[in-house]
Amino acid sequence: MLGLSKKDTTFLVVVIFLTLMTPILLQPFPEGSVLAQFNAGYPDLMQRFAIYGIFAIGFNILFGLTGYLSFGHAAFLGVGSYSVVWMYKLLGYNVVPGLLLAVVTAGLFALLIGYISLRRSGIYFSILTLAFAQMSFNLAYSVLTPLTNGETGLQVYTDDPQILMGAGSPNSPHFFGIVMNESAKIDVGGWQFTFNNGYYFCAIIAIIVFYLSLRIFRSPFGIMLRAIKTNQTRMTYTGLNPRPYTLAAFVISGMYAGLAGGLLASMDPLAGAERMQWTASGEVVLMTILGGAGTLMGPILGAGFIKYFENIFSKINDDILHTWFAALPDGLEDAIVFMVHPFIGKGWSLTLGLLFMMVVIFLPGGLIEGGNRIWRLVTGRSRNRNTPGKDAQHHPKPTAHVN
Amino acid sequence: MGILEVSNVNKRFGGLQALGDVNLDIAQGTVHAIIGPNGAGKSTLLNVLIGKLVPDTGTVMFDGKSVLGRKPYEINQMGISRVFQTPEIFGDLTVFENMLIPCFAKRDGTFRLHALESIASEKGIIEKAEQMLSDVAMIDKRGMTASSLSRGDKRRLEMAMCLVQEPKLLLLDEPTAGMARADTNNTIELLNHIHESRDITMVIIEHDMHVVFSLAKRITVLAQGSPLVEDTPENIKGHPKVKEAYLGEAAA
Repeated sequence: MLGLSKKDTTFLVVVIFLTLMTPILLQPFPEGSVLAQFNAGYPDLMQRFAIYGIFAIGFNILFGLTGYLSFGHAAFLGVGSYSVVWMYKLLGYNVVPGLLLAVVTAGLFALLIGYISLRRSGIYFSILTLAFAQMSFNLAYSVLTPLTNGETGLQVYTDDPQILMGAGSPNSPHFFGIVMNESAKIDVGGWQFTFNNGYYFCAIIAIIVFYLSLRIFRSPFGIMLRAIKTNQTRMTYTGLNPRPYTLAAFVISGMYAGLAGGLLASMDPLAGAERMQWTASGEVVLMTILGGAGTLMGPILGAGFIKYFENIFSKINDDILHTWFAALPDGLEDAIVFMVHPFIGKGWSLTLGLLFMMVVIFLPGGLIEGGNRIWRLVTGRSRNRNTPGKDAQHHPKPTAHVN
Repeated sequence: MGILEVSNVNKRFGGLQALGDVNLDIAQGTVHAIIGPNGAGKSTLLNVLIGKLVPDTGTVMFDGKSVLGRKPYEINQMGISRVFQTPEIFGDLTVFENMLIPCFAKRDGTFRLHALESIASEKGIIEKAEQMLSDVAMIDKRGMTASSLSRGDKRRLEMAMCLVQEPKLLLLDEPTAGMARADTNNTIELLNHIHESRDITMVIIEHDMHVVFSLAKRITVLAQGSPLVEDTPENIKGHPKVKEAYLGEAAA
C-alpha cells in the first residue's frame, strides 16, 4: 500500500495510531493524583513533540543517512518561523501561505549554505554550518532588524496590512477557520483529555512527512545516501558524484526544519532570533543521537524524550520532593531531597546529560537499540530476525550508525 | 590502435621523476600486467589512468577520448572500473545493496534524485544484481553486512560490483595482495573466468609473479618510472634486463 512493503505499512499504521492517540496516551494519571504532574497530554507540550519530531526526522535524513553532522539546522528553523509571521503580517492569520513560504525559503537557504559547506566533510563541514547558523542568528538579532524586529522578535501588530483578513476571520493562527489554540476537553472518570486543533494539525503534517521520510529511506536515493556514509571512495569509483546527493539531502532536511519552524510560529504567532541560536542546533543533534541516528523512529523518540525532560522534570521542585518522601524520618528525608535536588527543576539538563552519556556509552544505537534489546529479551527471538519498529533489513548492525 | 593509449606521460613529485616518458598501448580484450620493483611508478601510473593524478605532460586516451582532467566518476562512466588493493566496498550495507549501487549508477548516471521511488519496484535492477551475485556464487550471502565478509569474499564482491557495470576496461591494483595462497589461486581462477566469459580488457598491477604469469597475455616492466620492456610472459621470464632490474644482481 502507498508504495510501501507490508511490514512498512504496518509500521506506518502503528505510528499513525500512536500519533492520533497521543492526547490519551500521554495522560496516564488521573487529575489530582500525585503523579498527575508527569502527564504530558497538554496542548503546548504535545505540539512540541510533533514539531520537534518533524525537525528531528528531517535532520536524520542528513545526519542519519549520510553521516554529515550539521551544527546549523536551527538557522532553517528560524527562517521558517520568520516566513510564517511575515505572512501573518502581510496576508492574514491563515497558516497555509506562511508554511509554504517557510518550506521554500528554508530550502533556498539550505541550498546556499549546503552548496558552500558541503565542499568540506567531517568536522570542517560541522564548523562551517555552525558558522553560518551563528551568522544568521546575529543578522536576525541586530543587522536585519527591519526584517526580524531584532531582539523583540517578530510579531503581528494591529496596523499590519493583513490584506486577506475578512471581518469574521479568526484573530489568531488558523487553518481555513480551524483555530489552532482551540481545544476540546473531555473528562472521563478522573482523567481529563485535551484534544487540541493545533496538535492535530501538527500531528497530521508529522505523519505526512514521516511517510515521506520512510519512502526516502527505502528509495534508491536512500541507499545512495547510506553509501556516502560508508565509503565515498567506492562511490566515486562506481561512477557516482556524491556532492549532489549530499546537497539534495541537506536541502531536504533544511526544508523539514523550515516546516518545523513554521509550525512553531503557527502555534504561537511569534518569531525570535534565539530560535536560531547554536543551542537549538545542538538540541536536534542530541535528539537524533539519543533516539538512534539512522533509524526511522529514533529521532522522534529522542525529540519526545528531550522535550518531556525539558517541560516535566524542570517543574519538579523541592516542595514536591518533600511531599514524595514525607513518610521517611525527617533527617533522611532532607538528605534524600538534598541529593536529588541537583537533578530536578533547573537541573533537568543534568539528568538529561547523564541519560545522554549512558545512551552513547551503553546503547550506541540510541534508545531504539535499547528497545530492541528489551524486545529480544522478552520474546527470546534471535538477533537476525526482524523486529517491529526496527529497521532490521537496512540496519543489521545499529552500532555502526553512530559515530 | 588499442583501447587505452598512454603517450609520453611524465609526472614529477618535487625532485622525483615518478613517471618518465611512459608509452603504453593496451589492446582491446587483452590482459596486460604492469610489474616492477617498489617505487617503479606502478601506482602513480594507475592513478593517472583513473583520473586521481594529472600528469605534467603527455596524453591518456581511452576509447578515443582523453581521460585527463576528468573526475574519477566521469572516467568510470566512460567504462573504466577499478579494483583496489584493499577491497573498497560499502561496509555498512548488505551484500545485495552493495550490488544495487553499481546497477543504479550504470543506468542513471552520476546523479539522479529518485527519492520517492521504491527499490522493490526496480525489477530490472534487482534481477541484474541477483544474477551477478549468482555468477560469483555469493547469492546465499546477499543479506549479510558487507563488512562481516571474509577478505576473499570482499574481493569477490568488489569485483562483482565492477563487473556488473560491464566496463570496457578493468583496472586491478594488486588484487591478491595479502592473500593466502589458496585465496590467491581462487582469485586467479575468478579473473581468468571473467576474462574468458566476458571479453573485458584488464590492466593488472601486481607484485606476485605467480599471479602475473598465470593471468597476463602481455607484460610491461617498469623501472624507475619508465617502461623497461614490453613483451609476452614467455619472453619476459628469461629477459636479462628484467632479471637485473627486478630481482637484483644476485639472480642475474
